[in-house]
Amino acid sequence: MKTLDFREINGGLPFYMLLGFIGVFVLAGLGAAYYMEHNGHWVTGMSNQIIWGTPHVFAVFLIVAASGALNVASISSVFSKSAYKPLARLSGLLAIALLVGGLAVLVLDLGRPDRLIVAMTYYNFKSIFAWNIMLYTGFMAVVGVYIWMMMEQKMNRFTRLAGFSAFIWRLILTTGTGSIFGFLVAREAYDAALLAPMFIIMSFSFGLAFFILVLMALYNWSDRPLGDATLMRLKNLLGVFIAAVLYFVMVYHLTNLYITERHGVERFLLMDGGIYTQLFWIVQIGLGSLLPLALLYHPSTGKSRGWIGISSLLVIIGGLAQMYVIIIGGQAYPMELFPGKEVSSSFFDGVIASYTPSLPEIILGFSGIAVALAATVVGVRVLRFLPVSLADEQVDPHYSADKEAAA
Amino acid sequence: MSSESNIDLYRRRFLSGTATAAAGMAVVPGVMLHEIAHAKPTGDAVSSDVRWGMLIDSNKCAEGCNDCVQACNDEHGLTGFDRPATDAQWIRKVKLKDKQTGHTQTLPLLCQHCEKPPCVDVCPTGASFKREDGIVLVDKHICIGCRYCMMACPYKARSFIHETLQDQMPHAPRGKGTVESCTFCVHRVDDGRTPACVEACSAENHNAMIFGDLNDPSSEISTQLKQHNTRQIRADLALNTGVRYRGI
Amino acid sequence: MQYTRFIVLALSMLAGTVAPAMADDLLPYIPEAQGRFSEAQGCVEETQDMRVNHMEYILHQRDATVHEGIRDKQHSLVECINCHVSDAPDAPRVSSEKHFCNSCHTYAAVSVDCFQCHADRPVETGSHLHSLSPTALSQRIKPAGEADTLTPENLQVLVSGGQQ
Repeated sequence: MKTLDFREINGGLPFYMLLGFIGVFVLAGLGAAYYMEHNGHWVTGMSNQIIWGTPHVFAVFLIVAASGALNVASISSVFSKSAYKPLARLSGLLAIALLVGGLAVLVLDLGRPDRLIVAMTYYNFKSIFAWNIMLYTGFMAVVGVYIWMMMEQKMNRFTRLAGFSAFIWRLILTTGTGSIFGFLVAREAYDAALLAPMFIIMSFSFGLAFFILVLMALYNWSDRPLGDATLMRLKNLLGVFIAAVLYFVMVYHLTNLYITERHGVERFLLMDGGIYTQLFWIVQIGLGSLLPLALLYHPSTGKSRGWIGISSLLVIIGGLAQMYVIIIGGQAYPMELFPGKEVSSSFFDGVIASYTPSLPEIILGFSGIAVALAATVVGVRVLRFLPVSLADEQVDPHYSADKEAAA
Repeated sequence: MSSESNIDLYRRRFLSGTATAAAGMAVVPGVMLHEIAHAKPTGDAVSSDVRWGMLIDSNKCAEGCNDCVQACNDEHGLTGFDRPATDAQWIRKVKLKDKQTGHTQTLPLLCQHCEKPPCVDVCPTGASFKREDGIVLVDKHICIGCRYCMMACPYKARSFIHETLQDQMPHAPRGKGTVESCTFCVHRVDDGRTPACVEACSAENHNAMIFGDLNDPSSEISTQLKQHNTRQIRADLALNTGVRYRGI
Repeated sequence: MQYTRFIVLALSMLAGTVAPAMADDLLPYIPEAQGRFSEAQGCVEETQDMRVNHMEYILHQRDATVHEGIRDKQHSLVECINCHVSDAPDAPRVSSEKHFCNSCHTYAAVSVDCFQCHADRPVETGSHLHSLSPTALSQRIKPAGEADTLTPENLQVLVSGGQQ
């Protein structure tokens, strides 16, 4: 294998146009956040019943994807698969970028975003949320150090250690994110230990889908070769992760279906829930899991770059739907305070809560993705994250053997 | 600055807690002779000698009556904006109908002031806290409006303020972007009086609500709790709520 | 081009001569309080101490009140408002520069966060804290003469952090 050469992408008009296009979404998000904060949250679709809405769907999705985006780097450093080594730097950058995007949305949706300093200085250590704040900021530092170890030749001997630390850190981080919901005894859709590992598996899937899309886009637009050896490995891995997520979703629902007490909420999510049921079956399972699986493993579509890109995009859309069903569907179903009784009140007890995403929330959510993409684009322009070539002869450890076999 | 005042706060709390416990033990025999909630001197910190609680008798709660809700709204200036989904409600009347038997009843539902409040556990900044005397409050100075406590509350007791407010009551500060819930009328309790909802219920002679010190075996609420069978809502969560119900 | 510097110099000198005459208009007008704390003292602490340290008192008191139920009337924000803000219907609200707190805070360009939640003027309700001690906090003694405006001398002391 030849030595790798990393180089920044070129600047110039196309770069600035891309950045400008992404920047429009970022600015729109800032405007939406100002509108929400200035008028108060009554201008959004969120209420005292649906407490966390579309911004949280996007924020949690991005944070989960961020942790998973580091997977490629972890495979190279922790599990010593040299084929993934050229991709490790970009993996680290994307992880930080997605996390920043998710956190931006989360902070901008706070009731008092001006009190961010309070959030960083007053801590209740029994709160998993407080731990998450420290895990998120620490993650950026740990991955930053990891990237430095990879980039600085003198520090290369520490790459393995840094990669291992980052790997452990992100497992704890994603466990924490899943536990935000898993620790809530109050709501039937959440109170489950399974949510933490499920979020970890989801992170593998969403993070890798993002990584594939960003990799393909960057290499296409900067006219750098991206060989099949790399891409096929990644897409096969994505297929494995999609299947793993399906397994966890199945276990979650089957367990709840066995528990009589949970039949109400399961019936709501899987049958009667209107938009939530449709999102679950059509978008999350169908478009987001089964269809990409078929596309990725079918002999003809599995080799086509276009279809691989579409599959990754479908995984992302399915992931957003999954978050929507978990976060908003889980809140829409009323809590059971008086088992066996029909409950009614002036505070929406006993009824399915209604929620319509409002425009400011949707704009804010998408601006999170825009922030992540902007950070990535600027990063690869400014520093040497991208290998000059990911052609097969550069990166495939089995290349010469294949060439001989083909000949 | 904030960490300094926190350290001072912990020190002061420890010292005052110890001192008050000692004083409380010495004074208790005389105190026992008093009947209703006796006011603590304003300069003293609250202590865990007292645990405030409420007993609500659903059998005495009339279906059309809204006195407690109205009193709470008046007391705290909860005017609302004609937007039921986002308007704050600290106490609400809940109507129950048994799915099997058809039996109906009503009761007021408010913050249960749990001994082990999930809302306090999950608050990232510690703004949601339990006072020494058992009253669960939101310190709105450090609330960042993340609404995690609202997700965690098993009783849906908390409300988020969705709009800019004006003309707040001086004794009930509340503002946009923070979370709030029933405070057991802490400003009244510290002054030796009872919550507005209980007062309104008694004023109309419904007498469905009793407020008092759960730690005082001779208080009216303690005697009633000992005499009659009472339940906590969602007792299986083992939160040991301060609000108990008869008739459910 | 060489005249630009001269013009700038001339304008600034002109502004310098006019400024002291305008000084009194630029300083904030602080409305008069409705009472006095005692014969000896206008406010609950020395006026100069309050100017410099009122934030410390407020921050300290809020923790004590919220977390421990210590409702010390001397440092209570409600009592500050009761004394310093008029409850007349046309009295300035916190959004105006003539509100007691905002008069200095607008001048100093320090935003005041309190009134997002706290009432910015006294409200007569049946439920406000009863005074348990026989003597009310403010003896409601009307001040003898002039209003306490921020004169250039006081401002000098304030800016120098209490040192004369």
